[in-house]
Amino acid sequence: MISILLWPLTLLRFGYQGIGLALGQIWTNKMRSFLTTLGIIIGVGSVTAVIAGLQGMRTKVLDSFESFGTNKMYFIHDWPDDGPKQHASWRVIRLRPDHFNDMLEHCPSIASLTRIREFGARMEHADKAMNVSVTGIEPDWHDIENRSVILGRTFTHTDNEGARQVCLITEQTRDQLRLDRDCTGQSILINDRRYYVVGVLEERPDSMFRDGSSEAQVFIPFRTAWKVSEGFMYAMAACESPEVADDARAEARFFLRHTRNLAPDEPDTFRIEIMKQYLDQFNAMAVGITFVAGGIVTISLLVGGIGIMNIMLVSVSERTREIGLRKAVGAKPSAILLQFLIEAVTLCLIGGLVGLLGGQAITELLASIEKAGLEEAYIPAWAMGMAFGFSATVGIVFGMFPAIKASRLDPIQALRHE
Amino acid sequence: MRTAQNGPSPSATEQAIIRLQQIRKIYKVGVERIHALAGVDLEIGANEYVAIMGASGSGKSTMLNILGCLDRPTSGKYLLDGQLVSRMGSGALAQVRNDRIGFVFQSFELMARASALKNVELPLIYSNVGWWSRRKRAIHALERVGLGDRMSHRPNQLSGGQKQRVAVARALVTNPSILLADEPTGNLDSKTTVEILALFDQLHREGQTIIIVTHEEEVAAHTQRIVRMRDGQIESDLPVQEDKDQHSQERRIPTSDDVSDAPSGFDADNFDNERIPDNGRPATTTQAPEPEPRSPQSDEAGHEPTPTPARARWASRGASR
Repeated sequence: MISILLWPLTLLRFGYQGIGLALGQIWTNKMRSFLTTLGIIIGVGSVTAVIAGLQGMRTKVLDSFESFGTNKMYFIHDWPDDGPKQHASWRVIRLRPDHFNDMLEHCPSIASLTRIREFGARMEHADKAMNVSVTGIEPDWHDIENRSVILGRTFTHTDNEGARQVCLITEQTRDQLRLDRDCTGQSILINDRRYYVVGVLEERPDSMFRDGSSEAQVFIPFRTAWKVSEGFMYAMAACESPEVADDARAEARFFLRHTRNLAPDEPDTFRIEIMKQYLDQFNAMAVGITFVAGGIVTISLLVGGIGIMNIMLVSVSERTREIGLRKAVGAKPSAILLQFLIEAVTLCLIGGLVGLLGGQAITELLASIEKAGLEEAYIPAWAMGMAFGFSATVGIVFGMFPAIKASRLDPIQALRHE
Repeated sequence: MRTAQNGPSPSATEQAIIRLQQIRKIYKVGVERIHALAGVDLEIGANEYVAIMGASGSGKSTMLNILGCLDRPTSGKYLLDGQLVSRMGSGALAQVRNDRIGFVFQSFELMARASALKNVELPLIYSNVGWWSRRKRAIHALERVGLGDRMSHRPNQLSGGQKQRVAVARALVTNPSILLADEPTGNLDSKTTVEILALFDQLHREGQTIIIVTHEEEVAAHTQRIVRMRDGQIESDLPVQEDKDQHSQERRIPTSDDVSDAPSGFDADNFDNERIPDNGRPATTTQAPEPEPRSPQSDEAGHEPTPTPARARWASRGASR
């Protein structure tokens, strides 16, 4: 009974003694051990660095989506890939404001909707003149876009219904036109029409979706925009939550096919883009990269493992006499097996640790390169666990054969070994 | 605890620690069968001091391997401390070696990178002894062999005699029933040989059962009982004084003639092993190629007093098969 209870204890004792022995062996053959574990060091180092880089990229992308709104969707006209409308004129294909009438009532998964009309114009104030990008928006835009009005008020339905000549300008535009800091109530000219500034919008937070050109922006009600300049328009909506994005897309598609009088067999003449789908695409790509990195690491761990096996075989034949002695003084085959297995695993784990440190160094290096934009790169805990797990597995798998060989040595012959 | 520690009481000496009954060891080389041990019966009691002698090929190494539970006989019974060990598995045999047998080898077999203390602790690692008592017992064993002041020295900082003392301490640390020494003085000069033999004598006085396998008469002369082997059988088994009378002229030391005569492959003793190196042997023994004297008394063991070296006879036996 007691022996059963003592058994795990004995195993534990062999465990730490084995680790002590293994460390001694590794320390004695420092150079050899280092070269042997190089495969594992490189494997673990490279894969953790790749994972860290991906993690940094992912954090950045997620942040961008977060500021941009993950439940956003866009409706844009599009030529179908086949069918009679494949080469139809733009006038047939384009979206019109009335296509979106009553959309919110028919699409329960969509929370808010705004039609958008963008055009370039010339803006003047006092003696200053500049080119601006004019965006016609509906009041719902404020709900969808994550941009707050820092001075003045937002657009109201009255502004839009009445097609009033009011505008919201961005801070940058305000400064470029040298308007007052609180410029609400002041008037500006856009394409020689007079608009009253009702509010100042904050700049869009820096993100990877910023178009780069720091063109001045001004916002006017959609109807006003449509009145002064009819043409290309699109619509932006927010679904109730990112989870129902696919429902929202299906509802919107059904609705738009109806309002655009598409026959059942006709392909869509528009496309619906969901931000979530980009996120999914990015995630899929990240998974792909992870798998490729996993493949690389598998190969290098395999090579590293063969190196481990080789050096363990050398170690067994070098220490044949020692094994013989240990057996002669009463080491059971299992004790010898355990000793060599522990040595192989320890070697691999040390390789994994050094590799992890190397990976961390590479990660720091990546994070310090400003252009790479990977400030957020870090090695996640699961990757560390995986690195050690794989290292230990390699140690067990490739250390098993030499360890079995050692445990099966005949003590008489081992003691006579030269 | 063990009989070995009880000292030489009359009852202990009568009790057999080792009992061999019709032990045979047959090696197969190709289709040939080599009888390394051909039916050996032997009893060794507690606190006996025995030398096993014999020429190369006489089966004494095989005998040592079987006595030391390093090998299993092909047939026959081996009772060690009343326990039948001849049919045990390798794991159980390891346990027996750990508990009951202390080995001393010709080439010491110390671990070069470990201190004397660590070397002595080694057998206890494989038994259920805690860290602290392991250390205490190792220190005690080293003190017993007179190396209490050399515990942290490594083997390369010790002289040959001291190395062998460490090895003896390692053999003693588990309180074994028998101490098995395989040519313990083979690698030592004559002065250290005397030293180590004195140590064995002392251990014997302290109650230890000792079996020395040797081919040196002066080593055997220290013991109480000499078992001479030949062709896998016991040629004679006599107390040391009687043995001396019988074998006074017959000192069988393997000479160069012996070795050159031996056809390889029939060296039953070492057929599967490398030959034991004779490098450290005192020059005096090898220098004295005594002219193969055979005394007529030797046929009392049932053998004709033929001057044929043992190995040559192996050859003829193998060829006739």
